[in-house]
Amino acid sequence: MASEARPRLAVYKFASCDGCQLALLNLEDELLSLVGEVEIAYFLEASSATLPGPYDVALVEGSVTTAEDVERIRGIRKDAKYLITIGACATTGGIQALRNWKDVDEFIRLVYARPEYIHTLKDSTPISSHVAVDFELNGCPINKAQALEVLTALLQGRAPHLPPHAVCVECKRHGTVCVTVAQGIACLGPLTHAGCGALCPAFNRGCYGCFGPMADPNPDSLTAHLLDIGVPRGHIIRLLRGFTGYADTFRAASEKLEKVAQ
Amino acid sequence: MSTAFLTSEIPNPTDPMLPHLATIQDVKPTAAGVSTFSLVFANPEERANHCFQAGQFNMLYLPGAGEVAISLSSDPAQPEVMDHTIRDAGSVTRAIGRLKVGDVIGVRGPYGSAWPLNKTLGSNLVIVAGGIGLAPLRPVILSILRQRSAYGQVVLLYGARTPADLLYTDEFDKWRQGGIDVQVTVDLGDKSWRGLVGVVPQLFYRIRIDHKKTAVMTCGPEIMMRFVIYEALARRIPKERIFISMERNMKCAVGFCGHCQFGPTFICKQGPVLNFAAIEPFFGKEDF
Amino acid sequence: MSPSLPRVSASVAMPKASLQQVFDNLRAAGYMLVGPTVRDGAIVLEEVDGLDDLPLGWTDEQRPGHYRLTKTRDNHYFDYGVGPHSWKEFLHPSRLPLFSVEKNNGNWTIRPAQEPPPRYAFVGVRACDLAAIAIQDRVLIGSEFRDPHYAARREQVFVLAVNCSQANSTCFCASMKTGPKATGGFDLALTELPDIFLAEIGSEAGSEALGDVPWEAATAFDLGRASRVIQRAERQNGRQMQTDDLPDLLYENLEHPRWDEVATRCLSCANCTLVCPTCFCTTVEDVGNLRGTSAERIRIADSCFNRDFSHVHGGNIRPSIRSRYRQWLTHKLASWIDQFGTSGCVGCGRCITWCPVGIEITEEVNAIRAKAAK
Repeated sequence: MASEARPRLAVYKFASCDGCQLALLNLEDELLSLVGEVEIAYFLEASSATLPGPYDVALVEGSVTTAEDVERIRGIRKDAKYLITIGACATTGGIQALRNWKDVDEFIRLVYARPEYIHTLKDSTPISSHVAVDFELNGCPINKAQALEVLTALLQGRAPHLPPHAVCVECKRHGTVCVTVAQGIACLGPLTHAGCGALCPAFNRGCYGCFGPMADPNPDSLTAHLLDIGVPRGHIIRLLRGFTGYADTFRAASEKLEKVAQ
Repeated sequence: MSTAFLTSEIPNPTDPMLPHLATIQDVKPTAAGVSTFSLVFANPEERANHCFQAGQFNMLYLPGAGEVAISLSSDPAQPEVMDHTIRDAGSVTRAIGRLKVGDVIGVRGPYGSAWPLNKTLGSNLVIVAGGIGLAPLRPVILSILRQRSAYGQVVLLYGARTPADLLYTDEFDKWRQGGIDVQVTVDLGDKSWRGLVGVVPQLFYRIRIDHKKTAVMTCGPEIMMRFVIYEALARRIPKERIFISMERNMKCAVGFCGHCQFGPTFICKQGPVLNFAAIEPFFGKEDF
Repeated sequence: MSPSLPRVSASVAMPKASLQQVFDNLRAAGYMLVGPTVRDGAIVLEEVDGLDDLPLGWTDEQRPGHYRLTKTRDNHYFDYGVGPHSWKEFLHPSRLPLFSVEKNNGNWTIRPAQEPPPRYAFVGVRACDLAAIAIQDRVLIGSEFRDPHYAARREQVFVLAVNCSQANSTCFCASMKTGPKATGGFDLALTELPDIFLAEIGSEAGSEALGDVPWEAATAFDLGRASRVIQRAERQNGRQMQTDDLPDLLYENLEHPRWDEVATRCLSCANCTLVCPTCFCTTVEDVGNLRGTSAERIRIADSCFNRDFSHVHGGNIRPSIRSRYRQWLTHKLASWIDQFGTSGCVGCGRCITWCPVGIEITEEVNAIRAKAAK
């Protein structure tokens, strides 16, 4: 793309840990070429100098948890040609969506000395619950190579190559031994969108579902099997309610397990 | 034409996955969102030795974007120029859509089976196409025009969603003058459309032909082809004389990747042109 | 020390420890040894240096969706069944760079990935896996198109086969007529007895691999012991696949209700296809730089269970788990026969063991047969 009209990029943060923005900064070598191709007009994590909108691309990290967030995301949407969510929080509500199953006011009373200073919504919701989103990049944090692929695809006017299959495919391509079959460890890999490189199973841990549900997963079958092999129901519910626990598939599966338990 | 110096270090020229470089000689808008790209191989030897048959396809490649299977739509008697009529439908085809005359593109091919132009010599032909499905049949039409007397009655039944989606409309008169009965319909007309409105298989009712000596060649959406087959069988055209061109996902085009399987058939090798009798048990099975 | 090398097709007895000499000979001949070793609770296939890397005294227990290693009281090197890995990873790698392209002022330079593949010596190839290799030979180098990457690896491989001395509940090689005895396609085939290896010489290379090994001609007694070991493994086959009515049984039952039933259990996670030693499907990954001036094409293992596998413009040919499971099973057991003149299944049982929810290919076929159309 010609340098005279570099697309203008803005990066925003909502309720989040900044890890996805750090993943962008961790692009290092590629970051230099990225700066050559796009104008980074607004990215507070990287520079306090900002340029006014409108922007061609808005990358949004974090979930919506306050009334101000709701207003701010609408403004961002208006200012941006393309809005891309980055990470589990922005795409599914994040780990902070655990509050969605609980009484937030009770948390506030327990945690804060002056609860009246705290103004928050009752739930943590993904960006797509509030405005139209052009592309959702999942992960906790995002995979920086995938982020680069999304931006590259956008610059080149093509669809990004982000295969929608299960984490299991990545385990098998790496030769990782299945932790569920060989060790009886509960793993969300068969339900979870690939992208992390199957990191956790490579270290003998079950998948935590950071990259959210894959396209048409079958959670009922997996949870039934995990119960069969002796994984406690509460453990499966907690596993499903992880970093992307509020994503439709995982939410429905955990609520179903909870209902049966009652 | 570009004078670009094209290099390709191929230590293993037998690797069927390596693209061969071609340049775009011409780009012609063909219908709404559809253009015809004329390609020639960059290597003069390759250009001279290249040949293809009506119905075959090439894999077209753009670095970073990927590869896509596209039927050859030009005259097999002039194989040095390879036409590909391409709709901006996916990621790769959109990237190809942005190319200009002189640009380079990767080509592998030709692959796949051909329309039975020899086996049907002397018979009547009903050629039935829907939308972009006329592209792989254009080589058939151009071949017939070269030796029109070698065939009996030849009818083209063609339809598209709207008049703007019809391919090669500027050639229809020439085809008619050459002795092909061209019948055209659209699903949705517009203000200027004075032709027929309705689905393609209905065009069977407009033709008079001796079905005993007739073969059918069809390409289009599978649902359309299903009704074309129905109409053909209803007219007692034997299954063995019905030929269809099918589309499946293709990654390698040489039978290694497994993507294009349709029952026992690899669409890239035994297809895309298939005899209906051979695939009847599987054709139209839901999600097969 | 034996003065000469055994002739091809001979059976010889050798001390167990001298297998190290065979390894040394192979390495001296330029081979990279790949064999069984214990890692992460399983017997996997990796580069091995010597006898010490082999799973001495280990065995495995396999059931649908279940695999565990246990110690045995015998000191055997090969007292286990096939594990999560198969040799296809080395012959038909799950990630293979094809070529890279540099674009410069409209010029392209295509550079094929040129790294020469290693010369592998496979240690411990079971009969079912020999059959699987023979099947992939047909698929990848047996038709008018040859996969040069597979060919380059395959043509120089040394196969040290091992006859199975035990079988698992998931094994059905006997009914697929692929095992448990290796009957061809090897350079050397070992049968492990408590005190010795019995080695059948399959090729000149196999004979040469016994250089400096103190071998003796096998006695009738040893041959008898070896054949009883293999017979035991055959009896231990935990299940069977009835094949006489295939492929028609599946072709005639494409609308069988069992496909809906299995779809409620199948995760469409692709594990079965990726552990299968014959499944060969691949896709291509295109990686390009931001400016679009350079790109790479990489072939990677794919699966008919992956949702985008059958995507075409305008939709997905197989949008449901039902249709994807049906595709896999009918391909494996039916259309494979039409395509390549052989079943795509060798009865190794990996798809049963490594299915996270324990779906059994043998049971699915039985269920279809039990209520078959006509």
